[in-house]
Amino acid sequence: MTQEQVPTRRLRLATVWLAGCSGCHMSLLDLDEWLFELARWAEIVYSPIASDTKVFPENVDIALVEGAVANTDNRALALLLRARSRLVVAFGDCAVTGNVPALRNLWSCQSVLDRSYGELADQTPQHPHAPGVVPELLERVLPLHQVIAVDLFVPGCPPSAARIRAVLQPLLQGRMPVLEGADLLRFG
Amino acid sequence: MTVVTMAIDGEPLAVPVGSTLLQACHQRGVVLPTLCHLDGLQPVGACRLCLLELGGGERLVPACLTPVAEGMVVRTDTLQLRAWRRLTVELLFAEGNHVCACCVANGACELQDAAVAVGLDHVSVAYQYPRRHVDASHPRFALDHNHCILCTRCVRACDELEGAHVWDVAWRGSHCQIIAGLDQPWGAVEACTSCGQCVDACPTGALFDKHDGSSERQPQRERAALLRQARETRQWHNQGEGP
Repeated sequence: MTQEQVPTRRLRLATVWLAGCSGCHMSLLDLDEWLFELARWAEIVYSPIASDTKVFPENVDIALVEGAVANTDNRALALLLRARSRLVVAFGDCAVTGNVPALRNLWSCQSVLDRSYGELADQTPQHPHAPGVVPELLERVLPLHQVIAVDLFVPGCPPSAARIRAVLQPLLQGRMPVLEGADLLRFG
Repeated sequence: MTVVTMAIDGEPLAVPVGSTLLQACHQRGVVLPTLCHLDGLQPVGACRLCLLELGGGERLVPACLTPVAEGMVVRTDTLQLRAWRRLTVELLFAEGNHVCACCVANGACELQDAAVAVGLDHVSVAYQYPRRHVDASHPRFALDHNHCILCTRCVRACDELEGAHVWDVAWRGSHCQIIAGLDQPWGAVEACTSCGQCVDACPTGALFDKHDGSSERQPQRERAALLRQARETRQWHNQGEGP
């Protein structure tokens, strides 16, 4: 990207962390010096790694969403970001497929809680219950597209920095990337 | 060599009599996605990924099972075929518990390859999360039914190559699964010769060598000492063992 191509208005970019390990965000940081390029093209208006904004803002151009939808907070944020974003990207395998967080769908929500907080507790076994503080788990962990409309899917656990760049570069120039071949499309 | 003449995607082609459409496609340089096919094993047409349109598209046939015939006209890459193939792979992902990130076959998996080949970026049907088990009763290998796509390559490899016929297919519909012996733990089936050909044939991480898993890893730590001893004493076999 050359200086001449830089748009007059920087795009408003958000990155969101739902039920995931933050590995996709770590992979985003692996873009290293290209992050300076990214900063010339986009203003990061919401992000767990690059912004202190607490509420998902209005008028977001691109939202990268890492993680599956596993609890009521995830679901509320997913619905909010959809309403406030022009383009939503399912960012990584957890958002795209449910991946590791969705492994708990093999059992009921209650039996997973019983196992984790009851049977395996060393001391004071108790279920986390703090309405308004600790979000309730949904019965099923869902991939993002089963909760909100998704415009672009970027698989990978995590997607490599090169794959993320191959997605962001055309998006920043107003084009939809075409993901084909094992380098850009492979799960896992 | 007797040949038949046919057309693949509008290109005329002479193919030896007795070839399958899959072989004809390979001869033409057309790569079809396949999962149940494995060179060396009899075809069964289980995965339906290699479906082609015969004639005007009114009939779909599996390339791996269909012999070529004089005057045959097939199309390998239409919008309809792309849609069917993609849906087939989506259904395979949704039917099992394929979590690539924590699978021993991640990166060396033909189901992942098939997803790339059909351009699968997400699964549009609902994941089923079936309750399936893992059989780790064999001393060297394990079977994780969560990753099994019922291609039956293991069944055929064991039957056709090793002649042991340890594996078979039991039950129906969503209960369908690969069984060892008479639905016994694999390790209890005396017919198994531990040749490992089923493991080599498996396209996914369903059958794997316990050495391959991260948590099941059983490295053969004695191997280095054995090799050194063999080199130094030029004794390549244990006493009493033949070559």
